[in-house]
Amino acid sequence: MYAQMIKSTGKGVKSLDEMEPDERAFQERINAGGKIEPKDWMPDGYRKTLIRQIGQHAHSEIVGQLPEGNWITRAPTLERKAILLAKVQDEAGHGLYLYCAAETLGVSRDQLTRDLLSGKMKYSSIFNYPTLTWADMGAVGWLVDGAAIMNQVPLQRTSYGPYARAMVRICKEESFHQRQGFDIMMKMANGTEAQRKMAQDALNRFWYPSLMMFGPSDENSVHSAQSMAWKIKMNSNDELRQKFVDQTVPQAEYLGLTVPDEHLKWNEDRGSYEFSEPDWDEFFDVLQGNGPCSVDRMEARNKAWDEGRWVREGLLAHAEKKRARKMAAE
Amino acid sequence: MSDPLFEFLCRMGDNTLVLGHRVSEWCGVAPVLEEDIALANTALDLIGQTTLWLNLAGEVEGKGRDADALAFRRDVWDFRNVLLVEQPNGDFGQTMMRQFLFDVWHKGYLTALQDSKHDQIAAVAEKSLKEVTYHLERTMDTVIGLGDGTEESHNRMQKALDKLYPYVGELFVRDDVDDAMIAAGIAPDPAALRADFDAVLDAVLREATLTKPESDFAHKGGKSGQRHSEHLGHMLAQMQWLQRTYPDATW
Amino acid sequence: MSSPESGSYDATEAAPHGKPRATEWPLWEVFIRGQHGLSHRHVGSLHAADAESAIKNARDVYTRRNEGVSIWVVEASAIAASSPEEKGPLYEPSNDKVYRHPTFFDIPDEVGAM
Repeated sequence: MYAQMIKSTGKGVKSLDEMEPDERAFQERINAGGKIEPKDWMPDGYRKTLIRQIGQHAHSEIVGQLPEGNWITRAPTLERKAILLAKVQDEAGHGLYLYCAAETLGVSRDQLTRDLLSGKMKYSSIFNYPTLTWADMGAVGWLVDGAAIMNQVPLQRTSYGPYARAMVRICKEESFHQRQGFDIMMKMANGTEAQRKMAQDALNRFWYPSLMMFGPSDENSVHSAQSMAWKIKMNSNDELRQKFVDQTVPQAEYLGLTVPDEHLKWNEDRGSYEFSEPDWDEFFDVLQGNGPCSVDRMEARNKAWDEGRWVREGLLAHAEKKRARKMAAE
Repeated sequence: MSDPLFEFLCRMGDNTLVLGHRVSEWCGVAPVLEEDIALANTALDLIGQTTLWLNLAGEVEGKGRDADALAFRRDVWDFRNVLLVEQPNGDFGQTMMRQFLFDVWHKGYLTALQDSKHDQIAAVAEKSLKEVTYHLERTMDTVIGLGDGTEESHNRMQKALDKLYPYVGELFVRDDVDDAMIAAGIAPDPAALRADFDAVLDAVLREATLTKPESDFAHKGGKSGQRHSEHLGHMLAQMQWLQRTYPDATW
Repeated sequence: MSSPESGSYDATEAAPHGKPRATEWPLWEVFIRGQHGLSHRHVGSLHAADAESAIKNARDVYTRRNEGVSIWVVEASAIAASSPEEKGPLYEPSNDKVYRHPTFFDIPDEVGAM
């Protein structure tokens, strides 16, 4: 997911009886499907976990602009260029909505940005993989956005109001992203020999990294249990991964492409696919900053931030001068 | 000279194509998220306008070429954009200054073009003008804000203006193609639009505390296609690479 | 880079919502009235150096340039708030950017929901 391995601060989920009145009222409201709004009382752990989660999600959108941005200037037609540009622009918008949601919890966007740039905060592992051919634009939309939607749709019902509202807006925009990706894959899979080869190669490279997006199994994680009690995590990682595989395998078959997993098999009794786990050592390597593009991504973000400083300062200084002149004139 | 109407439409479409491409290079790396999103909107508008102009050019030419064929399968000497738009992005200030100078011209030109006797051209001009009016509102504010902002932002904007001003003159050059368009009532006389351009430019520069270079020297050769800068070839190498490498593919 | 489990927000000195930091543009709340004579509604927030650019940014971020909408922006720090319960905002993409609509892409029925 765009938010991976978020550590909640709880030591285990408290029962209602163990809670002080404030916390109990808070938890009962969540249990009843109510929303928590910025000015409501909330446990410190809830606030901090949400900042981490929403911040990481926002960072993922922003860093996620880079692998697709890599192809905007090489898009093969004017329409494809416009579509891709609109999609990457949406990601900037999603990042913006999410930063704003995080800001309601008392942290500034600048602070979150500094924490991303210093490496203190993370973004999704998936964006540390390179986009090497035009088919990757298809694979990213189809697989990466497809996996993200699995998580984002249920998050529209998350307990924190500003986060839920951001997710509603994001999901509405996100649906076109996955479809445009699949549309590219269809063109490639039904195209020339070279295009088919690119499509298969893209699936080969993005399949396991997409499965990793859901994070390692969290069945026994106290953090996940607490987040689920708070309704800021709606499903277990395994549950979503299974759902993703079950949805995606038939789509790959439709494209005439082969999922790179020799153990992939339909299980009639279970009504779902059996599949191989991704290489979790690779996942942890990527999280440690050893992804194929980790260094490039952070350099690109840092460069944009540093080179933009004079612009942000310049426009702010002008606004202040303007205000001062207006005051002096009154 | 090839068909002047075709030439004219290529000029319009190539300007927006090349500038739209340049602006799209900012996607994901702008100074602040709000600017990133706004720049993408500008690029999207320009790409949309390109499609309209170049499809019309292809129609007029009558050889079965559409906007994509013209955008992705012509070489440098066939491009008819002014030199200003193919100049590299530089820093954010240079990009904004280039956009501002182009927007002022573009708005004036499209306004006049709405009265074209050619209905399709008048319609494209009218649609584009709505978008371009907003582009100009934005770049005007930005040029003023950064010119008047801090010492650093002021210096950068002055440097950008000094660098790009020699590319302004080409926007107002009148040549054989223009003569033919004027005679047919299709397009305005570019030279006649200079006074209005200067009025806007001077007003904005004054508020931005920037100084217009004294020399009116103008680089030329983009609009006529006779001599582009070296930058265009590199841009096309990137932009056209997929279409050129896999000529049989559809995308 | 440290692992994602290691960082914590404990060290962060969080600024109160809406209060600008030294170089950060102020936060603005955005209210938009669509074309149908409804009242302005809150759609989200953004950062801008001043009110004029906040309106322009709102146009770019929250309407993707739909014509004919009316935009209000209010500096977030100027808002006094109780504890509101609001419904989620809806988003209508610009009418001429049809590719933003999922239905622009024909996905064959066999492929299933997407």
